[in-house]
Amino acid sequence: MNGGAALLPAAAPFLGFARHLRKFGFSISPEQVTGFMQAITLLGPRSMRDIHEAALAMLGPAPDRRGEFEAHFRAFFHGEIENLVEAEGEEETGIKDDVGEQKQEVDIRRDDESGETASAAERLGLRDFGRGQDALAEFRRELPAALPVRRSFRNVRTHGRAKLDLRRSLREIVTADGDVPVPLFRERQLVPRKLLILIDISGSMKLWTEDYLRLAHTVVQAAPGAEIFTFGTRLTRITGPLRLRGRKQALARASALVEDWDGGTRIGPVLLAFLSVPRFSAFARGAGVVILSDGLERGDHAEMETAMRRISARAWRLSLATPLAGDSRFRPQTAALKAILPVLDDLVDGSSLSTLTKFILSLAQPAPNAEHMWNERA
Amino acid sequence: MNASAEQIAASPEAIAAALENARYIADEGLATAVFLAIRLGKPLLLEGAPGVGKTEAAKAIAHVLRRDLVRLQCYEGIDAAHALYEWNYQRQLLAIRHAGDQEIDIYDDRFLIDRPLLQVLRAPERRVLLVDEIDRSDHEFEALLLEFLSDFQISIPERGTLTAASQPVVVLTSNRTRELAEALRRRCVYHWIAYPDAGREAAIIMLRAGDVAETTARAVAKAVGGIRAHPLAKPPGIAEAVEWANAATMLEKAGSPWPLAFRRAIGVLIKDEEDLSYIAPELDRIVEEALG
Repeated sequence: MNGGAALLPAAAPFLGFARHLRKFGFSISPEQVTGFMQAITLLGPRSMRDIHEAALAMLGPAPDRRGEFEAHFRAFFHGEIENLVEAEGEEETGIKDDVGEQKQEVDIRRDDESGETASAAERLGLRDFGRGQDALAEFRRELPAALPVRRSFRNVRTHGRAKLDLRRSLREIVTADGDVPVPLFRERQLVPRKLLILIDISGSMKLWTEDYLRLAHTVVQAAPGAEIFTFGTRLTRITGPLRLRGRKQALARASALVEDWDGGTRIGPVLLAFLSVPRFSAFARGAGVVILSDGLERGDHAEMETAMRRISARAWRLSLATPLAGDSRFRPQTAALKAILPVLDDLVDGSSLSTLTKFILSLAQPAPNAEHMWNERA
Repeated sequence: MNASAEQIAASPEAIAAALENARYIADEGLATAVFLAIRLGKPLLLEGAPGVGKTEAAKAIAHVLRRDLVRLQCYEGIDAAHALYEWNYQRQLLAIRHAGDQEIDIYDDRFLIDRPLLQVLRAPERRVLLVDEIDRSDHEFEALLLEFLSDFQISIPERGTLTAASQPVVVLTSNRTRELAEALRRRCVYHWIAYPDAGREAAIIMLRAGDVAETTARAVAKAVGGIRAHPLAKPPGIAEAVEWANAATMLEKAGSPWPLAFRRAIGVLIKDEEDLSYIAPELDRIVEEALG
C-alpha cells in the first residue's frame, strides 16, 4: 500500500523523525505516528515548541530515555550534531536497563568521574564467554517444579474441596430457572514466586562470575518471573539478553551490556540505587532474592546494612551466597557480614555450581535463619 | 452551562487557565497532553512518582469539563465483574419467584449492576473515567482494558454489544512500579508528571494551603526540593509539602520561631523513620538555606 501519495511534503519530516527514532531502538507504532501528525495539525503548529510537545505526548518516550529522546529531537529538527551524552548526570551510581539500548551509530558516553569514589575506580572492560559444559541441564529440568509458590489473588474454577463460587453458582441457578444444579467451586491458584538474582561482578569475584552468569541464564530460561542484575560499581539489568535461548549469544549480549567487569565494589550504594528505582524495587517485593557476592564492601558498611534491611523487608526470602563459605573455616566475621547477618534468611556456600543449584532448588523448603545457623556453628 | 468538550478545550492555554480555575496548576506539557487527549479522543496516560498529583489532575479535568468523575481503583486480581458489569443474581432469583407463571425478562436493566467502565460507556458526555494506579492490576486486566480503550465498547452475552455514543474522556494513572504493556502505551496520549520546580511548587502551595504567607510557601518549596535531592525511600510529594507549610504556619502562630517551626513539623513531610534519621543532620542546613 502506498498512502504516501496523499501526504503533504511539509509532513515528511515528522514521518522521518519517527523512522529516525526507530533506528535508535524506540518502539513507535504507525498508530502513534498518525497521532503525532494529527496532534501537530491540532496545535497549529505555531512554533517548534508545539511540535516538541506533540512528540512528547504522542510518541511517549519512557522517562528513563527522555534525555536521549530530547537529544534526538534537537539533532533531527534543529540539526545540532552534538555529542550525545546522556543527560542524567546527577546519579552517583550508574543504572542501566536492558530496554533497547542500541548503540549503533551514536556513541552514548557516560562521564561520571566522581573523585570521592576513587577507591572503587571503575575499570571498564568487556569479557568473553562461550565455553561451558552442561552441568546445568538437570537443574533446568527441576527448577520449575521446585520454585517457591504463593497464593494468587485470582480465583480459578476447580472441582470440589474448595470455596463455593457463589457468583457462578447463582448464575447457573438463574439459567436453570431456579433449580439447584451442582454447586461450582473456586480456589485461589498457586503461582510461582519471582526469583531475583543479583550478581556481584567485581574483581574479587572474578573466578566465579562466569559460572554465575551461566546459572543466571538457566534460571531465566526455566523460571518465567526471574530477574537478573549485575553489580560492581554500577547496576545493570541483564534479564532481557538472558531471555535469548542460545546460551552463547545470550551471555555475549549480556556481557556487552555490562560495563564494570572486574572493577571495584560499592555494594551498599548500588543496592540503594536498585531500591530507588520503583520498577526495580518492585521486583524484590515478595520475591526470593539471592545475592551472589562475597560481601566484601570497601569502606563504610552502613549503607550496605540499610540497603540489605530494606530489601529484606520487601523480599519473601533474602539469601546471600558467598564463595568464601566454601572453606570449612569460614565464619561471618567481617564487620559488614556481622551487621547484615540478622536480616539475612540464608548465608550459604556459593563456591560451586552444584552447591548453588542445590540451594536454589531448596528455596521452597523452610530452613532456620542464617544468624541461628552460624551461631550454632561458632 | 453545557459547553461541549471541544469548546472548553479550545487550545492548550485555555485548558491551562481552566485547570488553574479548578485549583490545579498544570505545566505546559500537561496542558498540551490534556488538550490532545480530549480533541483526538484518546485516553490520557499519566505517569509519575507517588504524590505528584496524578489523581488530582484527573479530578481537575473532570471539574473543567463539568462532568462526574468515575474512579476505578486497580488492585491485583481485579476482574471484569469489578470493572465492567455484574448481574444481580439475588434480585433475579427473587424476581423469578415473584413472577410465578408469568413471563419475565431476567436480563432487564433492573438486574444489571453497572461497574465503572459501563457507567462511563452509558453516558460518555456526562462522565470522565479515571483508571487509577493501573500498574497495580495484573496483565489479564490490562488486556481487558485494552479491548475497552480501543473500541469503547463492551459485550454482554445476554444483551449484545454496547457502544459509547461518543468518545468518553479516560484518564489512566500509573506509579510505574512496573512496565505497562507497550500496546496500552501506544494507544494513549502520554505525559510524565515530574516534581514541579520551586516556583511552581510555591504557587501550588499558595493555592492549596489555607493561609500560608508567600515567603513561607517559597521557603517550603525550596526546602522540599533540597530534601528530594537526597536518596530517600519515600521522597515527599506535593501533598506533603502543602501539609508541611500548613503545619509550620500553625506552629509559628502558636509561638515557635521560624526555623524551629519547620523542624517540629517535619513529621508531616517525612513519614519514614529511616528517612527521618537520614535527613536529620542535614535538615537545619536545608531549612536555613531555604529561608535565605
